Amino acid sequence: MASRRKGNGGGSRPARDLKDLTFWGYKRKNGRVGVRNHVVILPLDDLSNAACEAVANNIKGTMALPHPYGRLQFGEDLELHFRTLIGTGSNPNVAAVVVIGIEPGWTQKIVDGIARTGKPVAGFWIEQNGDISTIASASRKAKEFVQWASEQRRVECRLKDMWVSVKCGESDTTSGLASNPTVGNFIDKVDPFGVTSCFGETSEITGAEMVCATRGKTPAAGKKFLKTWKAYMDEVIEPYKTSDLSDSQPTKGNIEGGLTTIEEKAFGNLEKIGQKTRYVDVLGPAEAPSKGSGLYFMDTSSAAAECVTLQAAAGFAVHLFPTGQGNVIGNPIEPVIKLTANPRTVRTMGEHIDLDVSGLLRREMTLDEAGDALIDMTIRVCNGRLTAAEALGHREFVLTKLYRSA
Amino acid sequence: MAAPHFLVHNAQDTVGVVVVEGVKAGQMLTGWVMETDATIKLKALDAIPLGHKLALKAIKKGDTILKYGHDIGKAVAAIGAGRHAHVHNVKTKRW
Repeated sequence: MASRRKGNGGGSRPARDLKDLTFWGYKRKNGRVGVRNHVVILPLDDLSNAACEAVANNIKGTMALPHPYGRLQFGEDLELHFRTLIGTGSNPNVAAVVVIGIEPGWTQKIVDGIARTGKPVAGFWIEQNGDISTIASASRKAKEFVQWASEQRRVECRLKDMWVSVKCGESDTTSGLASNPTVGNFIDKVDPFGVTSCFGETSEITGAEMVCATRGKTPAAGKKFLKTWKAYMDEVIEPYKTSDLSDSQPTKGNIEGGLTTIEEKAFGNLEKIGQKTRYVDVLGPAEAPSKGSGLYFMDTSSAAAECVTLQAAAGFAVHLFPTGQGNVIGNPIEPVIKLTANPRTVRTMGEHIDLDVSGLLRREMTLDEAGDALIDMTIRVCNGRLTAAEALGHREFVLTKLYRSA
Repeated sequence: MAAPHFLVHNAQDTVGVVVVEGVKAGQMLTGWVMETDATIKLKALDAIPLGHKLALKAIKKGDTILKYGHDIGKAVAAIGAGRHAHVHNVKTKRW
């Protein structure tokens, strides 16, 4: 277990009754529930970014997701590229998708993958058409999709329809003391009501990996976590490191905020999964959960945008992001809710913060009260309230690349 | 209850975290141990920024640093009680 607390109200007050709690979401054809209604213009590859951005400029209410990859990738890295793009288009926060690629083969692969959800999707390619004709045809389809999407209506949904991902960033010691435990309190409270949730950051569990292994629901889940963690160490960290990583993990921001070692950061990180919730299974990057509701661990980098992009591609619809020093990340399709307990961050970067839990450090609020406040804010965001990151235009869409292209 | 100057996760921890701005050398601090709800007092011997750690007892070079009740690294220099504990005197055992 991570740290127990007596004085901070953890477990001292009965968890509030959540069985009647509802939110307003978009019920999609495949049964999943979205909390946003985006029409996405999705490039297969770097070459198609310009056409996608032109379409998004032509047709109001659509959004292009430019990215730098998609050419000459192969093997597991190519599979991850496809899985991430198909998953992004399939996310229930996305109502409809226009895919543009340089050529028809891989473009159609993405279109077919997204079509399995039953949502409107169409593909266009640039070779033998040129940018201008492609943009014209894709814009006509995008206009049709966005008008259709604008008539979709929210319906009342239960907590079991909510998919929540968590990841912290620019953490400091206040993260481990208060904002991460607030997320943990949220997870402990909603897990029994059928919420599907996900944490990741494989390298950042280093130092707390044995504790994390004990949090699997089954010995097999714990064993799978340790195997995943060790593979990250053996295949990523060890072969490529040129120093002891003390300048990267913890980051310069972490160190400024008082975090000294990876072990300290790891125990703070793990506070996000609460005191009693156990993970059902371990997912590959961008892999959708397949064992029912509950908490999942996903093998991801600890870089914020990479991790959230993979979680969104696995189908998670709302994200809880505790920060210490003030990471400003957002995601184009999954709203990112920021909370912090650092009073200086609240004072100097307040426009980025959706929920201030600095009262926990002053003993003005209990952990149970902070967890309840986070549940309330999450429901409001699911109902349509724009997060700080959405209002400020943060749309970091960062694909994970496993190795160099062929 | 007045807001504490520093917080301690677990009773056996050897470091606490300053949670207010402007702590000066020589200042008497009040700390809150979350695990036991105990209140402790300690004099800061360095200026310690918000979020940074102070040693709760004398720590010898080579000692394991405990926080969250767990090993978070080792002292690479002696750290007196009330002194600032950070990258200049504490290092990871990993990587």
